[in-house]
Amino acid sequence: MIKFSKLATKEQEPVVEGFFHREFHRHPPAYTPRYKSSVVRSPKLALVSIPNSLSELTGPVFGHGILGDDDNDLTVNYADAGMRPALGERIIVHGRVLDERDKGVPGVLVEIWQANAGGRYRHFKDGYLAPLDESFGGFGRTVTDAEGGYEFRTVRPGPYPWPNGINDWRPSHIHFSLFGAGLAQRLITQMYFEGDPLIPHCPIVNSIPEPSLVDSLVARLDLANTVPMDARAYRFDIVLRGRRSSQFENRS
Amino acid sequence: MAIRSRVLHETPSQTAGPFVHIGCTPNRIGLAYAYRGQDLGERLFDNGVPGQRIVVEGCVFDGIGTPVKDGMVEIWQADHKGLFNSPQDRRGQSSLGFSGWGRQATDPETGEFSFRTIKPGETPFVDGRMQAPFISFWIVARGVNLGLHTRMYFPDEAERNRQDPVLSKLEHACRIQTLIASCVSDNHYRFDIRLQGEGETVFFDV
Ligand SMILES: [Fe+2]
Repeated sequence: MIKFSKLATKEQEPVVEGFFHREFHRHPPAYTPRYKSSVVRSPKLALVSIPNSLSELTGPVFGHGILGDDDNDLTVNYADAGMRPALGERIIVHGRVLDERDKGVPGVLVEIWQANAGGRYRHFKDGYLAPLDESFGGFGRTVTDAEGGYEFRTVRPGPYPWPNGINDWRPSHIHFSLFGAGLAQRLITQMYFEGDPLIPHCPIVNSIPEPSLVDSLVARLDLANTVPMDARAYRFDIVLRGRRSSQFENRS
Repeated sequence: MAIRSRVLHETPSQTAGPFVHIGCTPNRIGLAYAYRGQDLGERLFDNGVPGQRIVVEGCVFDGIGTPVKDGMVEIWQADHKGLFNSPQDRRGQSSLGFSGWGRQATDPETGEFSFRTIKPGETPFVDGRMQAPFISFWIVARGVNLGLHTRMYFPDEAERNRQDPVLSKLEHACRIQTLIASCVSDNHYRFDIRLQGEGETVFFDV
């Protein structure tokens, strides 16, 4: 048990338990040469392991107050009032953010970005032939509810070619950025779609060391939560690192 | 009280890719009025906040010395008294109007970042010893498969740096320099981050 004994008062003992150590064998290593960009951007020296102190256990708090009504609806959040919604297959992407102890994590800032239905990003560095959609920006955000739940409405992004090998195509995917309670929980990942035949061919997907782990990044078609005549639902749960013991649990 | 154990495992990381700005700093790349015109993490403090105003600038370099122009840098730090803006820091209330968190896209032309913030106070290590003042950094970019954690310490804190529990325990003392900013002028620091190769920044497994 680690605590700040010098600073603690009797009533408010700030018990500081670290996060479970990160299981690096479940993440892509830094150097994955088939994903060429990693070759000069991967540290060669070992990471230095340090125990979690307050700077890693804490992080900014993002309340629901930062959100606008349409922040999590990518079909309309870029279009001006009166414009048509975004082009493409209408989908709902939803799920829960859990920690490694299988508890929902409330208050997580979830930010997503994606290409449009044709596989084109609204970014000055994306010159793909597929046209932009004037009604689609490709960004969305939300904050998880008390049970860790989140939901987005969007259109299914198209696959796109990218400069790596001569014929590499990204499977349809949505980028996810997650900010939980502490800096050590910070995570960026990507969500893929069940049944996409491009998944096993992608060098970025294949940076993940075991094929069985890729499965955890594949959203499942969720017919039960599909809205009839409107949008298909996909379910994607995300797991952030867990605490060895909650700071607020009574230890006496 | 039951000690609950790890029953699930952290979702695998994937690179942020070259377009992280669409999701995290949309206004910075010209998606005007995204989220009503404000990117999160633009400002670290309001005008009335006490403490020494500083600028922390730098550049992220790849293994052949080329600036990383499509990255994103986030910082997190304590206020001037060493308190974090978090309900989980139960030692006291940090300065009102101090967020402690900043986020920037690296400049698409130069790879530079520049934060205006407050010089942090000292904060406790896990054993209660005080640490030299530092700013936590988290870096993502195309080609970075898992976000990188590092820390920036201050060049004008030689004595506290020497006694710091993290710096003093580094196996290769010569690498301490990669964690210490340089002084550009009064209250103006430079902290370059080298992802690989000569002068490779120390990155932490936290
Ligand atoms: Fe992408």
